[in-house]
Amino acid sequence: MPRRTRLRKVVEPPRFKGYRPYGVNSKRRESIELLYEEYEAIKLADYDLMNHKEAAEIMGISRPTFARIYEAARRKIAQALVEAKNIKTVYGNAIMDKDWFVCNKCHARFNIPKTMTSDKCPACNSNDIESLNK
Amino acid sequence: MKTIITATGKGEEKLFDLRFGRAAWFCIYDDETDNMEFFENKHVDAPSGAGGKVVEEVVEWGVSRVISGDFGPKAKDLLEKFDIQMVILKDDCKTIKEIVENFKS
Ligand SMILES: [Zn+2]
Repeated sequence: MPRRTRLRKVVEPPRFKGYRPYGVNSKRRESIELLYEEYEAIKLADYDLMNHKEAAEIMGISRPTFARIYEAARRKIAQALVEAKNIKTVYGNAIMDKDWFVCNKCHARFNIPKTMTSDKCPACNSNDIESLNK
Repeated sequence: MKTIITATGKGEEKLFDLRFGRAAWFCIYDDETDNMEFFENKHVDAPSGAGGKVVEEVVEWGVSRVISGDFGPKAKDLLEKFDIQMVILKDDCKTIKEIVENFKS
């Protein structure tokens, strides 16, 4: 069995579900899936301006692993820009500290296991959900 | 994908059961076939660890989501481990049918 990549938690999950290019007309376009840890790598290196060693320590991974994730993230973003593709964020291997949510419409509480990518309320399909662990 | 809803009895008109390990019945809803099946909880009278035993069955049935009113710490840990989604509803006056219709739409 291949070893599963285990990452420490993403310090702060992205505040968006995705990005869409505008000025291009194509209804059904492919999406690039940007993993949470890839978002985190870009944020630490290019927004917080940390060096790879610091960033790797924060994510609880080795420097080579960080470099690999960071490279994958940059290539995906470049591809999305050049090919005018959507960017969608998905959980990937990142561990959220506690992944419980509440639905603001029906007040159901639920977790989202890492194998699920849905960001809707499982009880009423509302998109108006909020993380319980801020 | 299969979802379990804890039920007070057999049939879609029966009310939702807030208990998980000691729920009277389980309704398994399969969204691929739009089919409901009901199973009686064999562990209702278990002296202890009903929640854990129910989780074992949930895993065997290949369920991805459980809708109930409360999960004990043991059941929570196990469901988390098996990547099964937990949904907590506090409304015990809903029927199984109403709950299913609500997430189906
Ligand atoms: Zn809801």
